[in-house]
Amino acid sequence: MSGSASIQTDDRLRDVKLAHVPFPVTRLALWIFTLAVALGFAYIVAINPNFGWPVVAQYLFDPTVMQGLWVTLGLTVVAMIIGVVLGLILAIARMSNDRLASSLASLFIWFFRGTPLLVQLIFWYNMSTLFPRISIGIASWDTNDLITPLTAAIVGLALNEAAYMAEIIRGGLLSVDKGQAETAEAFGMNRARALWRIIIPQAMKSIVPPTGNQLISMIKATSLVSVIAMADLLYSVQSIYNRTFEIIPMLLVAVLWYLFITSILNVGQGAIERYYNRGDRGSTPADRTKEYATPMVGAAHEHV
Amino acid sequence: MSMSETSLVRARNVHKAFGPLEVLKGIDLDVAPGEVVVILGPSGSGKSTFLRCINHLEAIDQGFIEVDGEQIGYRLRDDRLIKLSNSDIAVQRSKIGMVFQQFNLYPHMTALQNVIEAPIGVHGQNRNEAVRYAKELLNRVGLAEKIDAYPRQLSGGQQQRVAIARALAIRPRLMLFDEPTSALDPELVGEVLATMRDLAKEGLTMIVVTHEIGFAKEAADRVVFMDGGVVVEQGPPAEVLTNPSHPRTRSFLSRFI
Repeated sequence: MSGSASIQTDDRLRDVKLAHVPFPVTRLALWIFTLAVALGFAYIVAINPNFGWPVVAQYLFDPTVMQGLWVTLGLTVVAMIIGVVLGLILAIARMSNDRLASSLASLFIWFFRGTPLLVQLIFWYNMSTLFPRISIGIASWDTNDLITPLTAAIVGLALNEAAYMAEIIRGGLLSVDKGQAETAEAFGMNRARALWRIIIPQAMKSIVPPTGNQLISMIKATSLVSVIAMADLLYSVQSIYNRTFEIIPMLLVAVLWYLFITSILNVGQGAIERYYNRGDRGSTPADRTKEYATPMVGAAHEHV
Repeated sequence: MSMSETSLVRARNVHKAFGPLEVLKGIDLDVAPGEVVVILGPSGSGKSTFLRCINHLEAIDQGFIEVDGEQIGYRLRDDRLIKLSNSDIAVQRSKIGMVFQQFNLYPHMTALQNVIEAPIGVHGQNRNEAVRYAKELLNRVGLAEKIDAYPRQLSGGQQQRVAIARALAIRPRLMLFDEPTSALDPELVGEVLATMRDLAKEGLTMIVVTHEIGFAKEAADRVVFMDGGVVVEQGPPAEVLTNPSHPRTRSFLSRFI
Protein backbone atom coordinates (compact mmCIF):
# COMPACT_ATOMS: atom_id res chain seq x y z
CA MET A 1 0.00 0.00 0.00
CA SER A 2 1.26 3.45 -0.85
CA GLY A 3 0.56 6.14 1.71
CA SER A 4 -0.34 8.83 -0.80
CA ALA A 5 -2.90 11.43 0.26
CA SER A 6 -5.38 10.77 -2.59
CA ILE A 7 -5.91 7.18 -1.40
CA GLN A 8 -6.50 8.42 2.12
CA THR A 9 -9.38 10.64 1.00
CA ASP A 10 -10.86 7.78 -1.06
CA ASP A 11 -11.19 5.56 2.00
CA ARG A 12 -14.68 6.81 2.83
CA LEU A 13 -15.90 6.00 -0.66
CA ARG A 14 -14.36 2.53 -0.47
CA ASP A 15 -16.82 1.33 2.17
CA VAL A 16 -18.42 -1.73 0.53
CA LYS A 17 -21.72 -0.76 2.11
CA LEU A 18 -22.00 1.93 -0.58
CA ALA A 19 -21.26 -0.41 -3.47
CA HIS A 20 -23.57 -0.59 -6.49
CA VAL A 21 -24.07 -3.70 -8.56
CA PRO A 22 -23.75 -3.00 -12.30
CA PHE A 23 -26.87 -3.83 -14.29
CA PRO A 24 -26.37 -7.39 -15.68
CA VAL A 25 -26.87 -6.54 -19.37
CA THR A 26 -25.19 -9.66 -20.73
CA ARG A 27 -27.10 -12.01 -18.47
CA LEU A 28 -30.40 -10.38 -19.32
CA ALA A 29 -29.63 -10.64 -23.03
CA LEU A 30 -28.81 -14.32 -22.62
CA TRP A 31 -32.09 -14.92 -20.79
CA ILE A 32 -34.10 -13.18 -23.50
CA PHE A 33 -32.29 -15.05 -26.26
CA THR A 34 -32.74 -18.44 -24.55
CA LEU A 35 -36.42 -17.80 -23.87
CA ALA A 36 -36.96 -16.71 -27.44
CA VAL A 37 -35.34 -19.87 -28.82
CA ALA A 38 -37.35 -22.05 -26.42
CA LEU A 39 -40.64 -20.34 -27.30
CA GLY A 40 -39.86 -20.55 -30.98
CA PHE A 41 -39.15 -24.27 -30.71
CA ALA A 42 -42.30 -24.85 -28.66
CA TYR A 43 -44.31 -22.97 -31.29
CA ILE A 44 -42.84 -25.06 -34.14
CA VAL A 45 -43.67 -28.26 -32.27
CA ALA A 46 -47.16 -27.04 -31.37
CA ILE A 47 -48.23 -26.10 -34.90
CA ASN A 48 -46.63 -29.15 -36.59
CA PRO A 49 -49.58 -31.37 -37.58
CA ASN A 50 -47.36 -34.48 -37.65
CA PHE A 51 -47.24 -34.45 -33.83
CA GLY A 52 -50.97 -35.00 -33.81
CA TRP A 53 -51.72 -32.96 -30.69
CA PRO A 54 -55.51 -33.36 -31.06
CA VAL A 55 -54.98 -37.14 -30.95
CA VAL A 56 -52.73 -36.75 -27.91
CA ALA A 57 -55.45 -34.79 -26.16
CA GLN A 58 -58.07 -37.34 -27.15
CA TYR A 59 -56.15 -40.31 -25.72
CA LEU A 60 -54.35 -38.70 -22.78
CA PHE A 61 -57.04 -39.88 -20.33
CA ASP A 62 -58.22 -42.86 -22.32
CA PRO A 63 -59.27 -45.75 -20.03
CA THR A 64 -56.72 -48.10 -21.63
CA VAL A 65 -53.95 -45.59 -21.08
CA MET A 66 -55.11 -44.98 -17.50
CA GLN A 67 -55.08 -48.70 -16.81
CA GLY A 68 -51.56 -48.96 -18.25
CA LEU A 69 -50.49 -46.01 -16.13
CA TRP A 70 -51.71 -47.72 -12.96
CA VAL A 71 -49.91 -50.92 -13.91
CA THR A 72 -46.69 -48.97 -14.45
CA LEU A 73 -47.07 -47.17 -11.13
CA GLY A 74 -47.99 -50.35 -9.27
CA LEU A 75 -45.10 -52.31 -10.75
CA THR A 76 -42.69 -49.50 -9.93
CA VAL A 77 -43.84 -49.23 -6.32
CA VAL A 78 -43.91 -52.97 -5.63
CA ALA A 79 -40.61 -53.72 -7.40
CA MET A 80 -38.94 -50.76 -5.73
CA ILE A 81 -40.12 -51.72 -2.23
CA ILE A 82 -38.95 -55.30 -2.65
CA GLY A 83 -35.74 -54.04 -4.25
CA VAL A 84 -34.95 -51.68 -1.37
CA VAL A 85 -35.71 -54.23 1.36
CA LEU A 86 -33.77 -56.98 -0.38
CA GLY A 87 -31.00 -54.50 -1.23
CA LEU A 88 -30.68 -53.55 2.43
CA ILE A 89 -30.37 -57.20 3.43
CA LEU A 90 -27.81 -57.78 0.68
CA ALA A 91 -25.80 -54.70 1.68
CA ILE A 92 -25.66 -55.82 5.31
CA ALA A 93 -24.78 -59.36 4.27
CA ARG A 94 -22.06 -58.11 1.98
CA MET A 95 -20.52 -56.00 4.76
CA SER A 96 -20.74 -58.71 7.40
CA ASN A 97 -17.72 -60.56 8.71
CA ASP A 98 -19.45 -63.83 7.87
CA ARG A 99 -17.74 -65.10 4.73
CA LEU A 100 -20.73 -67.21 3.67
CA ALA A 101 -23.14 -64.29 3.85
CA SER A 102 -20.83 -61.85 2.11
CA SER A 103 -19.98 -64.32 -0.67
CA LEU A 104 -23.64 -65.09 -1.35
CA ALA A 105 -24.48 -61.40 -1.47
CA SER A 106 -21.58 -60.71 -3.83
CA LEU A 107 -22.65 -63.55 -6.08
CA PHE A 108 -26.21 -62.23 -6.25
CA ILE A 109 -25.05 -58.70 -7.03
CA TRP A 110 -22.56 -59.96 -9.62
CA PHE A 111 -25.22 -61.96 -11.47
CA PHE A 112 -28.10 -59.51 -11.44
CA ARG A 113 -26.01 -56.47 -12.30
CA GLY A 114 -24.07 -58.38 -14.89
CA THR A 115 -26.96 -59.45 -17.12
CA PRO A 116 -29.42 -57.27 -19.07
CA LEU A 117 -32.75 -56.69 -17.37
CA LEU A 118 -34.56 -57.54 -20.61
CA VAL A 119 -32.93 -60.98 -20.66
CA GLN A 120 -33.74 -61.52 -16.98
CA LEU A 121 -37.40 -60.69 -17.63
CA ILE A 122 -37.61 -63.12 -20.52
CA PHE A 123 -35.97 -65.84 -18.42
CA TRP A 124 -38.47 -65.35 -15.58
CA TYR A 125 -41.35 -65.32 -18.02
CA ASN A 126 -40.16 -68.58 -19.61
CA MET A 127 -39.31 -70.25 -16.33
CA SER A 128 -41.76 -73.07 -17.08
CA THR A 129 -39.62 -74.30 -19.96
CA LEU A 130 -36.72 -74.74 -17.52
CA PHE A 131 -38.67 -75.98 -14.49
CA PRO A 132 -42.16 -77.22 -15.48
CA ARG A 133 -43.06 -77.80 -11.81
CA ILE A 134 -41.88 -76.03 -8.69
CA SER A 135 -42.03 -77.92 -5.40
CA ILE A 136 -41.10 -76.97 -1.88
CA GLY A 137 -41.24 -80.00 0.40
CA ILE A 138 -44.45 -81.84 -0.40
CA ALA A 139 -46.17 -78.78 -1.87
CA SER A 140 -45.84 -78.50 -5.61
CA TRP A 141 -47.14 -76.10 -8.22
CA ASP A 142 -47.33 -75.89 -11.96
CA THR A 143 -44.79 -73.18 -12.85
CA ASN A 144 -47.20 -71.57 -15.31
CA ASP A 145 -49.66 -70.98 -12.45
CA LEU A 146 -47.01 -69.17 -10.43
CA ILE A 147 -45.16 -67.26 -13.14
CA THR A 148 -47.74 -65.04 -14.77
CA PRO A 149 -46.64 -61.94 -16.67
CA LEU A 150 -47.28 -60.02 -13.46
CA THR A 151 -45.14 -62.18 -11.18
CA ALA A 152 -42.39 -62.48 -13.79
CA ALA A 153 -42.36 -58.70 -14.13
CA ILE A 154 -42.28 -58.11 -10.36
CA VAL A 155 -39.62 -60.74 -9.68
CA GLY A 156 -37.45 -59.65 -12.59
CA LEU A 157 -37.61 -55.94 -11.80
CA ALA A 158 -37.26 -56.40 -8.03
CA LEU A 159 -34.26 -58.74 -8.09
CA ASN A 160 -32.46 -56.55 -10.58
CA GLU A 161 -33.25 -53.47 -8.51
CA ALA A 162 -32.08 -55.19 -5.32
CA ALA A 163 -28.62 -55.72 -6.80
CA TYR A 164 -28.26 -52.01 -7.56
CA MET A 165 -29.82 -50.87 -4.29
CA ALA A 166 -27.46 -53.15 -2.36
CA GLU A 167 -24.48 -51.25 -3.71
CA ILE A 168 -26.10 -47.87 -3.10
CA ILE A 169 -27.02 -48.78 0.47
CA ARG A 170 -23.59 -50.28 1.13
CA GLY A 171 -21.98 -47.05 -0.03
CA GLY A 172 -24.27 -45.10 2.29
CA LEU A 173 -23.52 -47.30 5.28
CA LEU A 174 -19.78 -46.97 4.62
CA SER A 175 -20.09 -43.19 4.52
CA VAL A 176 -21.10 -43.03 8.19
CA ASP A 177 -18.27 -42.26 10.60
CA LYS A 178 -17.01 -45.47 12.21
CA GLY A 179 -17.12 -43.80 15.61
CA GLN A 180 -20.92 -43.92 15.42
CA ALA A 181 -21.11 -47.70 15.23
CA GLU A 182 -18.52 -47.94 17.98
CA THR A 183 -20.47 -45.58 20.21
CA ALA A 184 -23.66 -47.55 19.71
CA GLU A 185 -21.71 -50.68 20.55
CA ALA A 186 -20.19 -49.10 23.67
CA PHE A 187 -23.70 -48.27 24.89
CA GLY A 188 -24.72 -51.90 24.58
CA MET A 189 -26.89 -51.59 21.48
CA ASN A 190 -27.19 -54.75 19.43
CA ARG A 191 -26.25 -54.68 15.76
CA ALA A 192 -29.81 -54.43 14.49
CA ARG A 193 -30.70 -51.51 16.72
CA ALA A 194 -27.44 -49.71 16.01
CA LEU A 195 -28.16 -50.03 12.29
CA TRP A 196 -31.77 -48.98 12.53
CA ARG A 197 -31.44 -46.08 14.95
CA ILE A 198 -27.92 -44.78 14.43
CA ILE A 199 -26.30 -45.87 11.18
CA ILE A 200 -29.12 -45.99 8.63
CA PRO A 201 -30.60 -42.56 9.46
CA GLN A 202 -27.16 -41.03 8.89
CA ALA A 203 -26.54 -43.12 5.77
CA MET A 204 -29.84 -41.92 4.26
CA LYS A 205 -28.24 -38.61 3.37
CA SER A 206 -26.09 -40.36 0.77
CA ILE A 207 -28.61 -43.12 -0.04
CA VAL A 208 -31.57 -40.93 -1.01
CA PRO A 209 -30.21 -39.08 -4.08
CA PRO A 210 -29.06 -42.19 -5.99
CA THR A 211 -32.22 -44.01 -4.89
CA GLY A 212 -34.31 -41.24 -6.43
CA ASN A 213 -32.30 -41.81 -9.56
CA GLN A 214 -33.03 -45.54 -9.37
CA LEU A 215 -36.73 -44.94 -8.87
CA ILE A 216 -36.87 -42.78 -11.98
CA SER A 217 -34.94 -45.40 -13.98
CA MET A 218 -37.31 -48.02 -12.61
CA ILE A 219 -40.38 -46.20 -13.91
CA LYS A 220 -38.90 -46.27 -17.35
CA ALA A 221 -37.48 -49.78 -16.96
CA THR A 222 -41.00 -51.05 -16.32
CA SER A 223 -41.66 -50.33 -20.01
CA LEU A 224 -39.50 -53.41 -20.73
CA VAL A 225 -42.26 -55.63 -19.35
CA SER A 226 -44.29 -54.87 -22.48
CA VAL A 227 -42.18 -57.62 -24.12
CA ILE A 228 -43.67 -60.22 -21.78
CA ALA A 229 -47.21 -59.06 -22.55
CA MET A 230 -47.63 -57.11 -19.34
CA ALA A 231 -50.08 -54.28 -20.04
CA ASP A 232 -48.13 -51.34 -18.70
CA LEU A 233 -48.27 -47.73 -19.93
CA LEU A 234 -46.10 -48.36 -23.00
CA TYR A 235 -47.91 -51.60 -23.84
CA SER A 236 -51.28 -49.88 -23.63
CA VAL A 237 -50.32 -47.05 -26.00
CA GLN A 238 -48.80 -49.65 -28.33
CA SER A 239 -52.04 -51.59 -28.29
CA ILE A 240 -53.86 -48.43 -29.36
CA TYR A 241 -51.49 -47.39 -32.15
CA ASN A 242 -51.45 -50.96 -33.48
CA ARG A 243 -55.10 -50.28 -34.18
CA THR A 244 -55.03 -46.62 -35.22
CA PHE A 245 -51.47 -46.31 -36.63
CA GLU A 246 -51.09 -43.00 -34.78
CA ILE A 247 -47.69 -44.00 -33.50
CA ILE A 248 -46.14 -40.62 -32.65
CA PRO A 249 -49.17 -39.12 -30.92
CA MET A 250 -49.63 -42.25 -28.83
CA LEU A 251 -45.95 -42.34 -27.86
CA LEU A 252 -46.31 -38.67 -26.90
CA VAL A 253 -49.15 -39.67 -24.58
CA ALA A 254 -46.79 -42.12 -22.85
CA VAL A 255 -43.95 -39.57 -22.80
CA LEU A 256 -46.15 -36.95 -21.15
CA TRP A 257 -47.20 -39.37 -18.44
CA TYR A 258 -43.62 -40.55 -17.80
CA LEU A 259 -42.51 -36.91 -17.53
CA PHE A 260 -45.39 -36.09 -15.22
CA ILE A 261 -44.56 -38.94 -12.83
CA THR A 262 -40.84 -38.23 -12.75
CA SER A 263 -41.53 -34.53 -12.09
CA ILE A 264 -43.60 -35.44 -9.05
CA LEU A 265 -40.84 -37.77 -7.88
CA ASN A 266 -38.25 -35.00 -8.18
CA VAL A 267 -40.30 -32.86 -5.82
CA GLY A 268 -40.71 -35.75 -3.40
CA GLN A 269 -37.00 -36.51 -3.47
CA GLY A 270 -36.18 -32.92 -2.58
CA ALA A 271 -38.46 -33.12 0.46
CA ILE A 272 -36.93 -36.40 1.63
CA GLU A 273 -33.41 -35.02 1.24
CA ARG A 274 -34.26 -32.01 3.33
CA TYR A 275 -35.62 -34.30 6.06
CA TYR A 276 -32.47 -36.41 6.28
CA ASN A 277 -30.22 -33.35 6.24
CA ARG A 278 -31.71 -32.12 9.51
CA GLY A 279 -29.00 -31.64 12.08
CA ASP A 280 -26.79 -30.33 9.31
CA ARG A 281 -25.81 -26.73 9.46
CA GLY A 282 -28.07 -24.48 7.44
CA SER A 283 -30.12 -27.33 6.08
CA THR A 284 -33.43 -25.66 6.73
CA PRO A 285 -34.22 -21.94 6.71
CA ALA A 286 -34.99 -22.17 10.44
CA ASP A 287 -31.56 -23.62 11.11
CA ARG A 288 -29.86 -20.82 9.28
CA THR A 289 -31.17 -18.22 11.66
CA LYS A 290 -30.08 -20.13 14.74
CA GLU A 291 -26.67 -19.78 16.29
CA TYR A 292 -24.34 -22.64 15.76
CA ALA A 293 -20.75 -23.56 16.22
CA THR A 294 -18.17 -25.08 13.93
CA PRO A 295 -19.13 -28.66 13.15
CA MET A 296 -16.87 -31.31 14.47
CA VAL A 297 -13.69 -31.88 16.23
CA GLY A 298 -10.44 -30.09 16.11
CA ALA A 299 -11.80 -26.65 15.53
CA ALA A 300 -14.77 -26.10 17.77
CA HIS A 301 -15.20 -22.39 18.27
CA GLU A 302 -18.08 -20.88 20.07
CA HIS A 303 -19.85 -18.27 17.98
CA VAL A 304 -22.30 -16.90 20.45
CA MET B 1 -3.13 -53.65 46.05
CA SER B 2 -4.94 -54.86 49.11
CA MET B 3 -8.32 -53.87 47.69
CA SER B 4 -8.62 -56.69 45.18
CA GLU B 5 -11.57 -58.26 47.03
CA THR B 6 -13.67 -55.10 46.85
CA SER B 7 -12.41 -53.80 43.52
CA LEU B 8 -14.91 -52.67 40.92
CA VAL B 9 -12.37 -53.16 38.16
CA ARG B 10 -9.69 -55.84 38.19
CA ALA B 11 -7.27 -56.11 35.29
CA ARG B 12 -4.62 -58.80 35.36
CA ASN B 13 -1.71 -59.23 32.98
CA VAL B 14 -3.59 -57.61 30.08
CA HIS B 15 -1.84 -57.99 26.75
CA LYS B 16 -2.96 -56.56 23.43
CA ALA B 17 -1.21 -56.48 20.08
CA PHE B 18 -2.27 -55.02 16.76
CA GLY B 19 -0.51 -57.30 14.33
CA PRO B 20 3.17 -57.22 15.22
CA LEU B 21 2.73 -54.08 17.32
CA GLU B 22 2.49 -54.93 21.00
CA VAL B 23 0.48 -52.13 22.60
CA LEU B 24 -0.22 -53.54 26.07
CA LYS B 25 2.45 -55.68 27.67
CA GLY B 26 0.91 -56.93 30.90
CA ILE B 27 -1.26 -54.34 32.64
CA ASP B 28 -2.40 -54.94 36.23
CA LEU B 29 -4.85 -52.46 37.64
CA ASP B 30 -7.43 -52.34 40.41
CA VAL B 31 -10.04 -49.65 40.78
CA ALA B 32 -12.08 -49.42 43.97
CA PRO B 33 -15.73 -48.35 43.92
CA GLY B 34 -15.94 -44.56 44.00
CA GLU B 35 -12.33 -44.17 43.05
CA VAL B 36 -11.18 -41.70 40.40
CA VAL B 37 -8.17 -43.04 38.53
CA VAL B 38 -6.38 -40.83 36.04
CA ILE B 39 -4.15 -42.57 33.53
CA LEU B 40 -1.35 -40.38 32.21
CA GLY B 41 1.30 -41.19 29.70
CA PRO B 42 2.80 -40.16 26.38
CA SER B 43 0.99 -40.79 23.09
CA GLY B 44 1.29 -44.40 22.04
CA SER B 45 1.73 -45.61 25.62
CA GLY B 46 -1.39 -47.78 25.25
CA LYS B 47 -3.58 -45.90 27.70
CA SER B 48 -6.52 -45.39 25.32
CA THR B 49 -6.27 -48.96 24.11
CA PHE B 50 -6.40 -50.21 27.69
CA LEU B 51 -9.50 -48.11 28.35
CA ARG B 52 -11.19 -49.54 25.25
CA CYS B 53 -10.36 -53.05 26.43
CA ILE B 54 -12.31 -52.46 29.64
CA ASN B 55 -15.63 -52.41 27.75
CA HIS B 56 -14.43 -54.86 25.13
CA LEU B 57 -14.29 -52.40 22.24
CA GLU B 58 -10.95 -54.12 21.80
CA ALA B 59 -10.59 -57.81 22.63
CA ILE B 60 -7.53 -58.57 24.74
CA ASP B 61 -5.04 -61.29 23.79
CA GLN B 62 -3.96 -62.46 27.23
CA GLY B 63 -4.93 -61.94 30.85
CA PHE B 64 -8.39 -60.87 31.99
CA ILE B 65 -10.48 -57.86 32.95
CA GLU B 66 -13.28 -57.99 35.49
CA VAL B 67 -15.86 -55.29 36.15
CA ASP B 68 -18.09 -55.65 39.19
CA GLY B 69 -17.18 -59.31 39.55
CA GLU B 70 -18.02 -60.20 35.94
CA GLN B 71 -15.29 -61.07 33.49
CA ILE B 72 -15.57 -58.88 30.40
CA GLY B 73 -16.19 -60.84 27.22
CA TYR B 74 -15.99 -64.32 28.76
CA ARG B 75 -17.67 -66.56 31.32
CA LEU B 76 -16.14 -69.26 33.44
CA ARG B 77 -18.32 -72.38 33.38
CA ASP B 78 -17.19 -75.67 34.93
CA ASP B 79 -13.60 -74.48 34.86
CA ARG B 80 -13.82 -73.74 31.15
CA LEU B 81 -13.63 -70.19 29.87
CA ILE B 82 -16.34 -69.59 27.27
CA LYS B 83 -16.47 -66.57 24.94
CA LEU B 84 -19.69 -64.61 25.47
CA SER B 85 -22.15 -64.00 22.66
CA ASN B 86 -22.44 -60.52 21.22
CA SER B 87 -25.69 -59.94 23.05
CA ASP B 88 -24.16 -60.94 26.40
CA ILE B 89 -21.26 -58.59 25.75
CA ALA B 90 -23.77 -55.85 24.93
CA VAL B 91 -25.38 -56.38 28.34
CA GLN B 92 -21.99 -55.98 30.03
CA ARG B 93 -21.25 -52.82 28.09
CA SER B 94 -24.62 -51.34 28.86
CA LYS B 95 -23.53 -50.89 32.50
CA ILE B 96 -20.38 -48.98 31.61
CA GLY B 97 -20.55 -45.36 30.49
CA MET B 98 -18.05 -44.08 27.97
CA VAL B 99 -17.06 -40.61 26.83
CA PHE B 100 -15.05 -40.34 23.62
CA GLN B 101 -12.37 -37.94 22.48
CA GLN B 102 -14.42 -36.99 19.43
CA PHE B 103 -17.70 -36.79 21.45
CA ASN B 104 -19.42 -39.12 18.93
CA LEU B 105 -22.85 -37.65 19.54
CA TYR B 106 -25.50 -38.96 17.15
CA PRO B 107 -25.66 -36.02 14.72
CA HIS B 108 -29.21 -36.73 13.54
CA MET B 109 -30.62 -36.52 17.05
CA THR B 110 -31.11 -33.55 19.36
CA ALA B 111 -29.24 -33.36 22.65
CA LEU B 112 -32.24 -34.81 24.47
CA GLN B 113 -32.69 -37.64 21.95
CA ASN B 114 -29.00 -38.47 22.27
CA VAL B 115 -29.36 -38.81 26.02
CA ILE B 116 -32.55 -40.91 26.05
CA GLU B 117 -31.54 -43.27 23.23
CA ALA B 118 -29.80 -45.94 25.30
CA PRO B 119 -32.05 -45.72 28.39
CA ILE B 120 -35.12 -46.38 26.21
CA GLY B 121 -33.62 -48.60 23.53
CA VAL B 122 -31.20 -50.69 25.56
CA HIS B 123 -32.47 -50.52 29.13
CA GLY B 124 -36.16 -50.54 28.27
CA GLN B 125 -36.93 -47.49 30.35
CA ASN B 126 -40.26 -45.82 30.12
CA ARG B 127 -40.07 -42.77 27.89
CA ASN B 128 -41.39 -40.23 30.36
CA GLU B 129 -38.97 -41.36 33.02
CA ALA B 130 -36.06 -41.33 30.55
CA VAL B 131 -36.93 -37.81 29.41
CA ARG B 132 -37.30 -36.59 32.98
CA TYR B 133 -33.89 -37.98 33.98
CA ALA B 134 -32.26 -36.75 30.74
CA LYS B 135 -33.49 -33.23 31.43
CA GLU B 136 -32.15 -33.45 34.96
CA LEU B 137 -28.74 -34.58 33.64
CA LEU B 138 -28.59 -31.93 30.92
CA ASN B 139 -29.45 -29.38 33.56
CA ARG B 140 -26.64 -30.73 35.72
CA VAL B 141 -24.07 -30.29 32.94
CA GLY B 142 -25.37 -26.77 32.38
CA LEU B 143 -27.22 -27.33 29.12
CA ALA B 144 -30.85 -27.07 30.17
CA GLU B 145 -31.49 -24.59 27.34
CA LYS B 146 -29.93 -26.76 24.69
CA ILE B 147 -32.06 -29.88 24.94
CA ASP B 148 -33.53 -29.40 21.47
CA ALA B 149 -30.28 -28.39 19.77
CA TYR B 150 -28.61 -30.70 17.29
CA PRO B 151 -24.93 -31.48 17.96
CA ARG B 152 -23.77 -29.28 15.09
CA GLN B 153 -25.42 -26.31 16.72
CA LEU B 154 -23.34 -26.80 19.86
CA SER B 155 -19.74 -25.89 20.59
CA GLY B 156 -17.24 -28.67 21.20
CA GLY B 157 -17.40 -28.15 24.94
CA GLN B 158 -21.19 -28.28 24.92
CA GLN B 159 -21.14 -31.41 22.77
CA GLN B 160 -18.81 -33.14 25.17
CA ARG B 161 -21.04 -32.20 28.11
CA VAL B 162 -24.02 -33.68 26.27
CA ALA B 163 -21.89 -36.80 25.71
CA ILE B 164 -21.21 -36.95 29.46
CA ALA B 165 -24.93 -36.62 30.20
CA ARG B 166 -25.62 -39.37 27.66
CA ALA B 167 -23.17 -41.68 29.42
CA LEU B 168 -24.62 -40.84 32.84
CA ALA B 169 -28.15 -41.54 31.64
CA ILE B 170 -27.57 -45.28 31.73
CA ARG B 171 -26.72 -44.99 35.46
CA PRO B 172 -23.30 -46.57 34.93
CA ARG B 173 -21.34 -48.34 37.61
CA LEU B 174 -18.18 -47.18 35.92
CA MET B 175 -17.39 -44.25 33.65
CA LEU B 176 -14.59 -44.35 31.12
CA PHE B 177 -13.25 -41.07 29.72
CA ASP B 178 -11.05 -41.41 26.65
CA GLU B 179 -9.13 -38.13 26.35
CA PRO B 180 -12.36 -36.15 26.76
CA THR B 181 -10.74 -32.74 26.30
CA SER B 182 -8.12 -33.48 23.64
CA ALA B 183 -10.32 -32.43 20.73
CA LEU B 184 -11.39 -29.18 22.38
CA ASP B 185 -10.10 -25.66 21.93
CA PRO B 186 -8.18 -24.56 25.03
CA GLU B 187 -10.86 -22.14 26.16
CA LEU B 188 -13.49 -24.90 26.16
CA VAL B 189 -11.50 -27.45 28.16
CA GLY B 190 -12.37 -25.86 31.50
CA GLU B 191 -16.15 -26.36 31.27
CA VAL B 192 -15.75 -30.07 30.56
CA LEU B 193 -13.21 -30.59 33.33
CA ALA B 194 -15.48 -28.74 35.77
CA THR B 195 -18.31 -31.14 34.93
CA MET B 196 -15.99 -34.11 35.45
CA ARG B 197 -14.76 -32.74 38.79
CA ASP B 198 -18.35 -32.54 39.98
CA LEU B 199 -18.90 -36.17 39.06
CA ALA B 200 -15.73 -37.17 40.88
CA LYS B 201 -16.98 -35.44 44.02
CA GLU B 202 -20.29 -37.27 43.81
CA GLY B 203 -18.47 -40.57 44.17
CA LEU B 204 -18.78 -41.92 40.63
CA THR B 205 -16.13 -44.50 39.77
CA MET B 206 -14.12 -43.02 36.94
CA ILE B 207 -11.16 -44.03 34.83
CA VAL B 208 -9.89 -41.02 32.93
CA VAL B 209 -7.28 -41.08 30.20
CA THR B 210 -6.11 -37.51 29.75
CA HIS B 211 -3.24 -35.10 29.33
CA GLU B 212 -4.69 -32.68 31.85
CA ILE B 213 -2.22 -32.79 34.72
CA GLY B 214 -4.23 -30.13 36.54
CA PHE B 215 -7.31 -32.32 36.55
CA ALA B 216 -5.26 -35.26 37.83
CA LYS B 217 -3.88 -33.13 40.64
CA GLU B 218 -7.27 -31.86 41.78
CA ALA B 219 -9.71 -34.68 41.13
CA ALA B 220 -7.82 -37.96 41.03
CA ASP B 221 -7.61 -40.35 43.94
CA ARG B 222 -4.81 -42.11 42.15
CA VAL B 223 -2.62 -41.38 39.17
CA VAL B 224 -1.42 -44.21 36.97
CA PHE B 225 1.49 -43.46 34.70
CA MET B 226 1.77 -45.69 31.62
CA ASP B 227 4.55 -45.87 29.08
CA GLY B 228 5.42 -48.42 26.46
CA GLY B 229 2.43 -50.64 27.27
CA VAL B 230 3.17 -51.06 30.97
CA VAL B 231 2.24 -49.26 34.18
CA VAL B 232 5.43 -47.47 35.13
CA GLU B 233 4.25 -46.11 38.45
CA GLN B 234 1.08 -45.26 40.32
CA GLY B 235 0.02 -43.62 43.52
CA PRO B 236 -1.72 -40.58 45.00
CA PRO B 237 -1.41 -37.52 42.73
CA ALA B 238 0.59 -35.59 45.30
CA GLU B 239 3.19 -38.33 45.22
CA VAL B 240 3.33 -39.24 41.54
CA LEU B 241 2.96 -35.72 40.17
CA THR B 242 5.20 -33.81 42.55
CA ASN B 243 7.72 -36.45 43.44
CA PRO B 244 7.83 -39.10 40.72
CA SER B 245 10.11 -41.99 41.45
CA HIS B 246 10.59 -43.20 37.88
CA PRO B 247 12.78 -41.27 35.40
CA ARG B 248 10.24 -41.76 32.59
CA THR B 249 7.48 -40.20 34.69
CA ARG B 250 9.81 -37.36 35.55
CA SER B 251 10.67 -36.65 31.93
CA PHE B 252 6.99 -36.84 30.90
CA LEU B 253 5.89 -34.44 33.64
CA SER B 254 8.74 -32.04 32.97
CA ARG B 255 7.04 -31.17 29.68
CA PHE B 256 4.06 -29.72 31.52
CA ILE B 257 5.97 -27.40 33.82
